[in-house]
Amino acid sequence: MSAAFRDAFLSALVSLGLFGPIVGLQTVPAPGGLALRMRPVLVGVLVALVFFGRLLFLAFWQMRRAGGAKTFQPLLSAIEKAVPLRQTGRFVAPLLLLLALIWPFVVGRYYLDLGILVLTYVMLGWGLNVVVGLAGLLDLGYVAFYAVGAYSYALLAQFTGLGFWACLPISGLLAALWGITLGFPVLRLRGDYLAIVTLAFGEIIRIVLLNWVSLTGGPNGISGIPRPTLFGLSFSGDGPGTFAGFFHLEPSPIHRIVFLYYVILGLALLTNLVAIRLRRMPLGRAWEALREDEIASRSLGINITITKLTAFAVGACFGGFAGAFFATRQGFISPESFTFMESATVLAIVVLGGLGSQLGVALAAIVMIGGSELFREFADYRMLVFGLALVVMMAVRPRGLVATRRPSISLGAARAISAEMVAQGRG
Amino acid sequence: MNHGGSILAYALQQLINGVTLGMIYGLIAVGYTMVYGIIGMINFAHGDVFMIGAFLSLIALVGLAAIGVTAVPLALAMALLFAAAISALYGWAIERVAYRPLRGSFRLAPLISAIGMSITLENYVQVVQGARVKPLMPLIPGGITLMNQNGFAVRLGWLQMLIVLVTLLVLAIFTWLVTRTPLGRAMRACEQDLKMTALLGIDVDRTISLTFVIGAALAAVAGFMFLLYYGSIDFFIGFIAGVKAFTAAVLGGIGSLPGAVLGGLLIGLIETFWSAYFSVQYKDVAAFSILAIALIFLPTGLLGRAEVEKV
Repeated sequence: MSAAFRDAFLSALVSLGLFGPIVGLQTVPAPGGLALRMRPVLVGVLVALVFFGRLLFLAFWQMRRAGGAKTFQPLLSAIEKAVPLRQTGRFVAPLLLLLALIWPFVVGRYYLDLGILVLTYVMLGWGLNVVVGLAGLLDLGYVAFYAVGAYSYALLAQFTGLGFWACLPISGLLAALWGITLGFPVLRLRGDYLAIVTLAFGEIIRIVLLNWVSLTGGPNGISGIPRPTLFGLSFSGDGPGTFAGFFHLEPSPIHRIVFLYYVILGLALLTNLVAIRLRRMPLGRAWEALREDEIASRSLGINITITKLTAFAVGACFGGFAGAFFATRQGFISPESFTFMESATVLAIVVLGGLGSQLGVALAAIVMIGGSELFREFADYRMLVFGLALVVMMAVRPRGLVATRRPSISLGAARAISAEMVAQGRG
Repeated sequence: MNHGGSILAYALQQLINGVTLGMIYGLIAVGYTMVYGIIGMINFAHGDVFMIGAFLSLIALVGLAAIGVTAVPLALAMALLFAAAISALYGWAIERVAYRPLRGSFRLAPLISAIGMSITLENYVQVVQGARVKPLMPLIPGGITLMNQNGFAVRLGWLQMLIVLVTLLVLAIFTWLVTRTPLGRAMRACEQDLKMTALLGIDVDRTISLTFVIGAALAAVAGFMFLLYYGSIDFFIGFIAGVKAFTAAVLGGIGSLPGAVLGGLLIGLIETFWSAYFSVQYKDVAAFSILAIALIFLPTGLLGRAEVEKV
């Protein structure tokens, strides 16, 4: 016990060194430069938190080691038996879908907007999940394809006058083309190099958008992007050519919002459908094989080039769709919306949801985006929490919250791969 | 960019600026390359340790001025030591919390954890120190004029000389540490074969920890000099500087210590000359493109050795 106290005391001492100067001494603007503001109480609270947190952790650890097999294992398996994940999944997914379908009719304007935002991230998460979760290619520049889709639609609409539905496939195709173009040179790179290069590409695209003022408007962005129509029926105003006029309804701005909601719901479900179906095709199996072991899949005759490029292209294509939707929803886009933090948020959704798990990604998007919107006053802490969640998740459940996956195809009985096995290098 | 008859002088000035910048990148790059050499991971949070080092230097300088330490050399030395010590503690804690539990986990786990750590550190500093740019008055003004050609004076600032000298001094200490001490020998052994080193009785965990500590201290020195050189910092400087320093490490050959410094110098020079002769707006594009080009066409870097993939 005294060892635990000594350990906790040392942790507290280290945290005092860490937090003392940076948290305890805040630089604030003062006449003639900067001044320091002391915050000893805050440091004290943080250090105390570390001390007791460490103590609790050690106590838990010791208990687990002393009687772990007896006390915790049955408890865990009892929970797993009571709430079998696959059955829960079978049950939760249709319920979520139902809720998503009736959402516009049960909530007000604010929650409808929130629903659109969450669904956009669900779609981005599912798109990125193809690249990261299925093919195991860590893409840190996913926002680049989102940006390509958004700017493709905005510029096409500006220069050719085409509508949203005509531009949507073109935006997706252009984004996919970019995916292939960017994917081609990085094919030979190892996982972590790939991550940095995709990050660099994402930044390059953002800097170009920011500085190519004659085309993109630079930091001022593009405004006046046309809104989507329903088979040519516009959602603004009254009259024969409008939605309200055609269906003899009272004109209301909420129609457009509801319509946008169903558009993004449809797009997200399309992404999900394509990802699920592709996963069962030879291509999807090749992706998963590639994720588990590149050398083994190569020696089994899988064409690595095609496999990686299609993963990039499919992921980028959905990113492009989402981008076009973002542009039409906002009516205004600027490079501000396409920073690295956006990529990091989508990556966090995919990682926390469970690499490769569709339901997990949707749940993670709902919790993270919905949660951080509901707690707006803590907006500054949002990315802090996301970052910490990534670190903790990798240590505790490396394959995400919904971690138990069944292989899509297997020889003999399908063996679920759980996070514990992954941690031991068997997954 | 009208430098009419003073082409040579203008180029010389860019050379001086580029070398100064390159020294800062080189110091950060050493941290990337050391960690990569030993445990084969990209320490994505390293750029943010650099940022924390810059903030610690700023806090120390402001604090020392407040308590009446007015002698500039004394204040600078104390701030540098303070920043390096606390940053080293950060380096140690980051490894302990975010990376050590993940040894033997799946392939992408350490990198994702490092990205999480980087986001955490950036937002932590933003929350506790504020998002605004922090200015610092120039502490070492002046310098000497090397030459004067058609009205264009080539200036070498005292600060630039100091940066180059401190970097060389720090790198000399570091080289001595790696080549002449038992710790350095252990580090080089870990780099060659982690498992074999453990079998021979070297405390591998301790060696890895100390690698992070040393890398973080070097990054803090870089942060200190960045603060003095540019006179303003914010919580986001670690991101761009980190990617550029990583580019330097890759260009020089990841895992190679002289390569990291060489790569840093090259990146500093390329960036400075690019800004001077082409466009300032696209200077980051230049650095990022070099990263991609180097990884694709020269994956072993200038001084690195080819990595054989074992099955």
